[in-house]
Amino acid sequence: MEAILFYILSAVTLIGTLCAITARQAVRAIVYLVTSFFSLALIFYLLGAPLVAAFEVIIYAGAIMVLFMFVIMMLDLGHPEKLTFPKIRDWWPAVLLLAVIAGSILILAVSREPATAPGFTAITVREFSQALFKRYGVAVEIISMQLLFALVGALYLGRRR
Amino acid sequence: MTWNYVDIALMLVKILLVFFIILTLAAYLVLAERRILAWIQDRIGPNRVGPFGLLQPLADVIKMLTKEDLIPASSDRLLFSLAPAMAAIPAILTFSVVPMGAPLHIMGHEVSLQVTDLDVAVLFFLALSSIAVYGVALGGWASNSKYALLGSIRGLSQLISYELSMGLSLVPVVMLAKSLRMTDIVNAQASMPFIVYQPLAFLIFLVSIFAECKRIPFDLPEAEGELVAGFHTEYSGMRFGLFFVGEYINIIALGALASVFFLGGWRGPLLPPIVWFFIKVAVFSFLFIWVRGTLPRLRYDQLMHLGWKFLTPLALINILATGWWLALR
Repeated sequence: MEAILFYILSAVTLIGTLCAITARQAVRAIVYLVTSFFSLALIFYLLGAPLVAAFEVIIYAGAIMVLFMFVIMMLDLGHPEKLTFPKIRDWWPAVLLLAVIAGSILILAVSREPATAPGFTAITVREFSQALFKRYGVAVEIISMQLLFALVGALYLGRRR
Repeated sequence: MTWNYVDIALMLVKILLVFFIILTLAAYLVLAERRILAWIQDRIGPNRVGPFGLLQPLADVIKMLTKEDLIPASSDRLLFSLAPAMAAIPAILTFSVVPMGAPLHIMGHEVSLQVTDLDVAVLFFLALSSIAVYGVALGGWASNSKYALLGSIRGLSQLISYELSMGLSLVPVVMLAKSLRMTDIVNAQASMPFIVYQPLAFLIFLVSIFAECKRIPFDLPEAEGELVAGFHTEYSGMRFGLFFVGEYINIIALGALASVFFLGGWRGPLLPPIVWFFIKVAVFSFLFIWVRGTLPRLRYDQLMHLGWKFLTPLALINILATGWWLALR
């Protein structure tokens, strides 16, 4: 049952992301991307991480994508541009990246024993937050300070001259 | 997790029941609103279809379904037809985590009056309310009309702003209940509803849900006087009906959540739990209509000031104060 759901959801995620890349209109791309975030959230839920699933939807689909949408609507960038096929000489970075990824996967597959999945445990909110704020407490504080710096920096750049 | 057929059947029955109850309630809330507004404004209101106008919702549905379904020629057809559903679905889904009554015992099974008791129910609700933004945004954008676009930009910024204060006002509730699960929140209020400890959080939540529903005094996304009908200007027939019903389902859902978070959910003396739950929801729905009949619309800058410079800092101070109180107690 879970396996079938997983394959359906991963297909939706992949197709959604692919459509998001190839969509001509920015708003449609956002909708496709939100769809793939949703199925990704459901995959997290299937893996026993309901908190991560909720954050995926709240932060990515509900906050970041909505802000993208806001900017697109404010600047009226919604009109599709004429799509030109990239020239062959512009392709080589993508080809190089693909070669590196495919090569490393091949090497890993040949050289190592197939990994076995660790035992399945669902994590409750309590366990998650204790691990986050006790074991990784310092890291959380440092990241929140960084976000604060980013906020102050954005405010400085955006202030009225 | 092992499931037997009785559990699956029970789940299906619960889902269908919730659907039926909510859609009926939403239809009659429309009628109630029209009658109560008429009463406030010293008019008569719809009283012709059936006794006391009770069949009016049915007549409205028939009217909506038989109207011409217009799609503007220059619109984005796919997103245009998707948007009304994206406005209504999150509102309906919110009900899947709302506990409507004490667990019942039927044939040796304990049946909770709640579709699912999620571990992260509060976050689930916040996620759905952040998704509800897309209905407004896409509806206005796909219509390809000035008024609709202006309405949806307003709606977008209003919903994002007030989501923040709504989420922050729920933090003290979670701190007191020590859980994100709805049943735990209701059980934590067994001796005293949270409104007694958290009157400030309740007020912030109340103002925020008015803004989330896009109701007067926060109905700038569809301000009739300036934007025709705002983000759903170009919609007609049942597509408009879906936006409309979605708004009323949202009112019921947010009223239900306000009673779960602050008024003890289904808890109450004498009457059976489910009756108490629906009384509380009805009180909130009446409040929504009463406010609509009483207050004028805010100006746009006033709306933003209230959200960002008053409610959000107040909610943060409230969280801090609650934290100190819990630590020093």
